[in-house]
Amino acid sequence: MTNLRKLSGKFLGLIIAFGLSATASAQLTINGAGATFPYPIYSKWFDEYAKVDSSVRFNYQSIGSGGGQKQITAQTVDFGASDGPMSDENLAKAPGKILHIPTVAGADVVTYNLPGSPTLKFDADTITGIFLGQIKKWNDPKIAALNAGGNLPDQEIVVVHRSDGSGTTYIWTDYLSKISAEWKQKVGTNTSVNWPTGLGGKGNEGVAGQVKQTPGAIGYVELIYAIQNKMPYADVKNSAGKFVKPSVESITAAMATAQIPEDFRFSITNAPGNDSYPIAGATWLLVYEQQKDATKGKKLVEFLKWALTRGEDMAKNLDYAPLPADLRERVLKRVDEIKM
Amino acid sequence: MPIAVAPERPAVRSTIDRMARPSGLGDKVFKWFTLAMALAVVALVFLVGWQLARGSSLAIRRFGFHFLATSTWDPVAEQFGALPFIYGTAVSSLIALIIAVPLSIATAVYLTELAPLWIRQPIVSLIEMLAAIPSVILGLWGIFVMIPWLRDHPFPFLKEIFGWTPFFSGPIYGVSMLAGGIIIAVMILPIITSVSREILRSVPNLQREAAYALGATRWEVTRIAVLSYAKKGLFGAVILGLGRALGETMAVTMVIGNTPQIRASLFAPGYTLASVIANEFTEATTDVYLQALFEIGLVLFGITILANLLAQLLLKTMGSTIKSGAVQ
Amino acid sequence: MKNSHLWRKTKSALASAASFVCALLVIAPLALVFLHLLRSGASAVNWSFFTELPKPVGVAGGGMVNAIAGSFELLGLAALVGVPVGVFGGVYLAEYGTVRGNWLLRFVADVLNGVPSIIWGVVVYGLVVLRLKSFSAYAGGLALGFIMIPLIMRTTEEVLLLVPAGYREASLALGISRWKTIVHIVMKTALKGVVTAILLALARVAGETAPLLFTAFGNRFWNHDLSEPIAALPLQIFSYAISPYDDWHRQAWAGALVLVVMIFFVNILVRFLTRERVARVL
Repeated sequence: MTNLRKLSGKFLGLIIAFGLSATASAQLTINGAGATFPYPIYSKWFDEYAKVDSSVRFNYQSIGSGGGQKQITAQTVDFGASDGPMSDENLAKAPGKILHIPTVAGADVVTYNLPGSPTLKFDADTITGIFLGQIKKWNDPKIAALNAGGNLPDQEIVVVHRSDGSGTTYIWTDYLSKISAEWKQKVGTNTSVNWPTGLGGKGNEGVAGQVKQTPGAIGYVELIYAIQNKMPYADVKNSAGKFVKPSVESITAAMATAQIPEDFRFSITNAPGNDSYPIAGATWLLVYEQQKDATKGKKLVEFLKWALTRGEDMAKNLDYAPLPADLRERVLKRVDEIKM
Repeated sequence: MPIAVAPERPAVRSTIDRMARPSGLGDKVFKWFTLAMALAVVALVFLVGWQLARGSSLAIRRFGFHFLATSTWDPVAEQFGALPFIYGTAVSSLIALIIAVPLSIATAVYLTELAPLWIRQPIVSLIEMLAAIPSVILGLWGIFVMIPWLRDHPFPFLKEIFGWTPFFSGPIYGVSMLAGGIIIAVMILPIITSVSREILRSVPNLQREAAYALGATRWEVTRIAVLSYAKKGLFGAVILGLGRALGETMAVTMVIGNTPQIRASLFAPGYTLASVIANEFTEATTDVYLQALFEIGLVLFGITILANLLAQLLLKTMGSTIKSGAVQ
Repeated sequence: MKNSHLWRKTKSALASAASFVCALLVIAPLALVFLHLLRSGASAVNWSFFTELPKPVGVAGGGMVNAIAGSFELLGLAALVGVPVGVFGGVYLAEYGTVRGNWLLRFVADVLNGVPSIIWGVVVYGLVVLRLKSFSAYAGGLALGFIMIPLIMRTTEEVLLLVPAGYREASLALGISRWKTIVHIVMKTALKGVVTAILLALARVAGETAPLLFTAFGNRFWNHDLSEPIAALPLQIFSYAISPYDDWHRQAWAGALVLVVMIFFVNILVRFLTRERVARVL
């Protein structure tokens, strides 16, 4: 008993001493929280930026877009990140004005589990029909009409959607609400909705996993997940009537043609233009216009400028769509407005 | 609760109370110190209850008791009802207990009475180590290994034999209420087994020896001398498992299908109270939505209290059949 | 007469066989998971895993050394909170109190054991993080400690109650004060059980992610300041597991493997330190 007491005493003492020795280094830590979608590109950026400026390090944790919005409002972090823009209601709760800084964009793709993994084509009608539970079989005439020659089996469609709230769902439902009045009325747009049909998978990896395991399943995931998991994904008909393959280029094209308001709280789903992929969405960094801490604020602004110039060049390699050039200019101007 | 001496406990304790020297400072300080520590749980339960109530006040006022009776969960229309989640929590926990309790106690018996001595501690350490598996990892294993296996082997088998009952009817997706119950069972096995084993191990050998002396077989010794003596302690172990089962989130949410519905079939996907909180809490952007989730937490809190009350009731009926008289 | 004896013997043999099968069924899924961990993660457990900080995707190497250290620190903090309160609270329940009062305390502890871990995170968030406007290791440790308290308390109480009353009576008859009786005789006898209670609780909270999301927050870098966000294995595992990249997935499995093995070693170490060095007197 005494041996144990001595040892545990020493152990605890070590931990406390370890912990209390605050690193007196010149390094400044800036904390950020929010969306999971941009986590990989942000961690790449922060890693690269540490080589540019070693006096500051950025600690970003993905706790969800809602979490990001809440924490920046509560000022427990220095910046937030969200896959969906903050609502007026939520912005009003913040103690100061919060700026939306778009960084990169991604897309929701339609992925499925069929023998042979063909590249299918879908349009507004078929997607809504499937996710409303009205189109129940793969060989339904509506799907067959778009995919002549694709061997569509006589099999029940198993719909897989997200069970957790997420920006991915927000983009998906935003698109469906735009193209289908029925969807808008019955289900609506949100990070989490009352799904008319289907199973719920947790996270992109949950949906991807479930679609992969279930023959005849269909679901929506972020482009990156479909690529990394080597899953087939469909071409979708956009508002110009063209079937577009989801890719970094077609996402950037959607941003180039969409209407971008002054506060950058935009939606690029169902964007006009021949090359636009219709189910795309951006992600934002949330920062206060009036920074509390001058040192941190300065470093944050320097990083944002770097990200919007050098950082954007790294986006493509990780399958993220960079902002189109003129949008980038507008955003950089906005970053200049951040006051210390 | 004392084991097998329940009726006599007050007498035994008062003997000890009488025998103890008139309290010196050491005794007084120690008693108050331990009391303070024990009261921590009271402080904690008020803290949790208060935070949950405070966080859901708006939703409570808005939905009232309807919340417990409605089945809709619509964040867009801001209509929230907890019924399917209550059903899911109740059913999945029940399945988990039905599977885990007999297995765990039998294993504990094996480890204390039957296994060769050299193998005991390693297996126990192994089981305890597996209590540390992060829930999310178990969930991933569930979805990539367990679900496909379940969907291809036991489930169709169950459907063949019991398909005529409402419990095993309907299409088999793999993700299901049953899968949720099974994964919770896997999560609570370590705790029930470990604690049960400690309980059984602490049964005085005199009990066993007495039974052997009377000519009992091994099983009879276990049943009469060990299990009966340890009954209440084992029940305590089961309650610990129940607690974990009710509050389990990550692993369940990956294999249960996350569909808020009430279906008789165990093959149908379901949703639990803890899962919906874990799924939607970080992303809930509107006030009512967040408050509704807090209210779900409050409902779960209430259900935990109810479940424990029921368990205590069960214990009372068990208590009246316990043979008292530990051989000292 | 002979027949009944044979039947009793057969029953006994059947029961032994059944309990053996049950033991196998219990170990099986746990062993399967462990094997899966090994297969999926062992390849990523290398020197860099234990020495390097996390690296962004596409960059080779990278590890979870800060998360491993962070988990140790968090568990240490949690133990500071959970062990004294849990153990001595359990002592109170077993040795003092009234029948009614103790029933209530026990009931409350059982209810607390059913609170989902994410709720504990939210509670400590409101209590500590919002007040101080900062995530911290202290908050994380507190949340984990809160989870440990009712678990340790109930298990400690159960094992202390199994110490025969005769031990206490004998000690008191010798004139030893009550508190010394409890500490030196009762607790010492039940030491292994109490240790089990603590180890179980530690193992449980070591793998918890949800409560840390809003308290410890996570950190990609080294941090020895406990009032700042800190990395933890479950958080890092979670981040990697839900990502799209195979390389990160493997690291997640590796992280889980390391976590589980870490707990195993702590388990072995503590049991070794508290092994019986003399034969029990009674």
